[in-house]
Amino acid sequence: MSLNQTTKTDVIVVGAGHAGCEAALAAARLGKEVILFTVSVDSIAMMPCNPNIGGSSKGHLVREVDALGGEMGRNIDKAFIQSKMLNESKGPAVHSLRAQADKRAYSQYMRETLENTPNLYIRQAEIAKILVEDGAVKGVESVSGWQFLAPAVILCTGTYLKARCLHGEVSEETGPNGLKRAEYLSDSLREAGLRLLRFKTGTPARVDGRTVDFSKMEEQKGDDPITPFSFTNTAESLKRPQISCWLTYTNEETHAVIRDNIDRSPLFSGAITESGPRYCPSIEDKVVKFPDKDRHQLFLEPEGLYTHEMYISGMSSSLPEDVQEAMIHTVPGLEKARIVRSAYAIMYDLIDATQLKHTLECKSIRGLFSAGQSNGSSGYEEAAAQGLIAGINAARLIDGAEPFVLSRSEAYIGVLIDDLVTKENQEPYRMMTSRAEYRLLLRQDNADLRLTPRGYSVGLIDAERYQRFSLKQQQIRQEVERVKKLVIPPSEEVQALLEQYHSTPLKTGCPLSELVKRPELDYESLSPIDPERPMLPGDVQEQVNISLKYEGYIARQEQQVEHFARLEKRRIPANVDYAAVSSLRLEARQKLERIRPETLGQASRISGVNPADIAVLQVYLEKHKHTEP
Amino acid sequence: MSHNDIIAAISTSLTPGGIGIIRVSGEGSPALCAPLVRIKGLSLEEAEPNHLYYGKIHSEGQLLDEALITLMRAPRSYTAEDTVELQCHGGPLVLQRILEAVLQAGARLAEPGEFTKRAFLNGRLDLSEAEAVMDLISAGTDLAKQTALRQLQGHHSAKIRDMRGRLLEKSAYIEAALDDPEHYSLQDYGREVKPALMTIREEIRELLFSSENGRLLAEGIAVAIVGRPNVGKSSLLNYLLGFERAIVTQIPGTTRDTIEESCRIGDLLLRLADTAGIRDSEDAVERIGIERSREAIKEADLVLLLADGSRPLEEEDEALRELCVGKPALLLLNKADLGLAVSPETEEKRLDIPCFAVSARTGEGLDRVTEHIRQMFCLEEIRRQPVLVTNLRHKALLREAEQGLDLVLDSIDKQMPEDFWTIDLMGAYRALGLIIGEEAGEDLINEIFGKFCMGK
Repeated sequence: MSLNQTTKTDVIVVGAGHAGCEAALAAARLGKEVILFTVSVDSIAMMPCNPNIGGSSKGHLVREVDALGGEMGRNIDKAFIQSKMLNESKGPAVHSLRAQADKRAYSQYMRETLENTPNLYIRQAEIAKILVEDGAVKGVESVSGWQFLAPAVILCTGTYLKARCLHGEVSEETGPNGLKRAEYLSDSLREAGLRLLRFKTGTPARVDGRTVDFSKMEEQKGDDPITPFSFTNTAESLKRPQISCWLTYTNEETHAVIRDNIDRSPLFSGAITESGPRYCPSIEDKVVKFPDKDRHQLFLEPEGLYTHEMYISGMSSSLPEDVQEAMIHTVPGLEKARIVRSAYAIMYDLIDATQLKHTLECKSIRGLFSAGQSNGSSGYEEAAAQGLIAGINAARLIDGAEPFVLSRSEAYIGVLIDDLVTKENQEPYRMMTSRAEYRLLLRQDNADLRLTPRGYSVGLIDAERYQRFSLKQQQIRQEVERVKKLVIPPSEEVQALLEQYHSTPLKTGCPLSELVKRPELDYESLSPIDPERPMLPGDVQEQVNISLKYEGYIARQEQQVEHFARLEKRRIPANVDYAAVSSLRLEARQKLERIRPETLGQASRISGVNPADIAVLQVYLEKHKHTEP
Repeated sequence: MSHNDIIAAISTSLTPGGIGIIRVSGEGSPALCAPLVRIKGLSLEEAEPNHLYYGKIHSEGQLLDEALITLMRAPRSYTAEDTVELQCHGGPLVLQRILEAVLQAGARLAEPGEFTKRAFLNGRLDLSEAEAVMDLISAGTDLAKQTALRQLQGHHSAKIRDMRGRLLEKSAYIEAALDDPEHYSLQDYGREVKPALMTIREEIRELLFSSENGRLLAEGIAVAIVGRPNVGKSSLLNYLLGFERAIVTQIPGTTRDTIEESCRIGDLLLRLADTAGIRDSEDAVERIGIERSREAIKEADLVLLLADGSRPLEEEDEALRELCVGKPALLLLNKADLGLAVSPETEEKRLDIPCFAVSARTGEGLDRVTEHIRQMFCLEEIRRQPVLVTNLRHKALLREAEQGLDLVLDSIDKQMPEDFWTIDLMGAYRALGLIIGEEAGEDLINEIFGKFCMGK
């Protein structure tokens, strides 16, 4: 029954979620012909879980994707219905942007972008097989037997591989939102020698907004003015009416309902053995993990402008539907809420990402890339970031160009991918600020300064955007220099301003930059005593302020990066024989043999490999280097 | 050369008489030694590990010695490798002959510290313990040996590990609160964390303080002898160096092109800087270079200001006294054997400096001087307190950790957002980790390369 039909192309992308869209766009924009496969054209860039993009540390990823020339930032800027900068009371490193999306608009805008990209073709089909010959990928085959041949294939299968959805005793063999699951590809990947894992994640119930009593909840408004995700947009160009979210809390009654029915949860009854995300726990997990907390936050977030459906953030669950309804009704404002969709848990096959290089190419199969949730991550933003990197590297592989890899000290994307390919994750991996060692350098506000040059050299940032970036960079540099040189005298006017901010008066003249460093002052508040100050755009002023105000901290973090980079530069030859390094402990040797790290730095981050093992390995490499000419 | 070949060495000091131990370590060492060793009824390879066997050592058909023989199997030995130890009774010559026999059988002579290097690489010792062994090997005084021994017993590592644990806990809490503000509150966390950090900083300072003492003990007290020409500097030098000729060493100076000599008087180890310079200036007719004295005083732990006590002090003596302000210094009125023209008590009050009448020619009064030095540097006090740190690398890292904590405390006081605290908190954590090798770093590994002469 197999068709005898073949089609040739440059790059094949399997799956049109957030990873697949970025991968396809990047490869096509870099001049490759791309076929993007999806099980349903109507579900392109679908958001099957939360109706927002960004949030703590995920917002960083989106801005980095944008700075490199990816699409997610521009797309959410088109589709947002509320935007908010989080953690503004904390330091600039943990400020994070989050925008509520109109889900349908988000999906629609992305589809339009895909359809308007030259060389990019969307194709609805289930891919059943990958074709591999002599350690290299040859293409894929659809369920009908149609063969699509390409030197690079990017798997972005999300949560679709042999997916199963569960709530209570009900189990269905479907992908998210009741979509068809991918039935065959798992087996084909195993046949190709890849190790697969199985994870679980979940989503909360949606309720009908008309049945919610918002008067019992706290209103959460968006910012005015907003901060755009994309560095190509301005707040003014995106000004639009915003929709509110609503905050309410669970209570002891809610927790009692959960505890009384915990034995009916597939998580606790043993029906789900796969590990779920510790950092995005279900409500039953939270009640068990924090028995002392008498309440947990719940946010009601609109799914879009086109619907009354609302997402109950903080209440993901796999309890049976009757328990879900009972617990929802205990929450202030949700007493009479009608469920539109029930919460469910989903289990799916994924690729053990330690089999991948930092380019997201499989170590064992040339040309086969994997990106997104099927690498063990969780979240739209994590997926998009990987998709972009895989798309860039697939195109570069075909061109014979150097791999494109971001380091942990350069971007959250670098941290994300290094963690995925190095640490053996036992649960869906969610980006968090604590995972980034050098987060003061990797701020969301300077993502463009960090990465635009990289995006430009790859070819995803055009000359015009690069010029604008260069101008910004120059303005920042000049203004920082000016402020450092400008000496402020202890004049009456100056003392009066200092007093106004309860700041110690000056005894002698002092550089303006030193005043900026005082906790109670900043660049902006000092403008009255700085009459020569040039008119500068808001984002330039922000950079001037941050780089002066936190100069000492930034310098020390840069020093830490230097230490880090030294071990990172020590490459481990791909053919090193760990069996010959006899002083390694057994566990370390096994881990190193399996993961085959690319550098000593990466090796030091493998769990089970301790610093003494690294010392042993370095001694070995050093000797090896010396014995070979 | 792989570091897994079999190495051997005499691992006790080569003194006549007593027991000498030859240690042979590496995979295959029992098989290598077996033909040399005769134990009644069994071959060495069949011997029960960690048992003491009586046996005879033969080479080329000749009986070399009777010995007690121990076989240790990996990883239960000092190097964590298969090891054979031969406790022999013969003197140095016999030991030497047995070692030669072992080397002839295919072992390689161990480099200095190589057993320790293997112990470290095999995970048997942590870095600071390994360094302690190296310090022990090169230790100059009994106290330095005791310090190294204590370090080897892991006192030091346990203390640092404990401090690291406490730092990590604070940092981890802040990280958790940044990622999950709903469940972890940073409200008033500064007030909670500050005393804890101050305690840790205090502990680091104690270690550093002990390291300063430790340095004086291990390396000796750097002494500058200054004074006008012809007051007897050279005689004093010769007298001090004559105390114990055996340990006088000539070390080319590192900072300048000077000669340094050391002498031990009881438990007091003195390092006398620029001895050549002193002899030169004594010979020279021209007046002493003030610059030279200033330089010598700056580098010293202790200044011995020498004056001619048989005549009234001159302006120049007093100018030199001025140079010593802020340094531990003693005024020695020399030539007491010729009769003193000035009184030590008066000069002591007038110039505000401890003053002694001495004779560099006869040695008169010098025992009181050394006793005073001992008290000045609280050597008795130091002897009673455990000295934990003598290693320079450790000291630099402790200082780095201390500075890190200073910065964290400063950030807390300035009410910087909590996420700033973790930068220097982790800096301190890393510095401490590098001391005991719980943190992998290029610097650390370089240190190991240097210390164990690897990479050749």
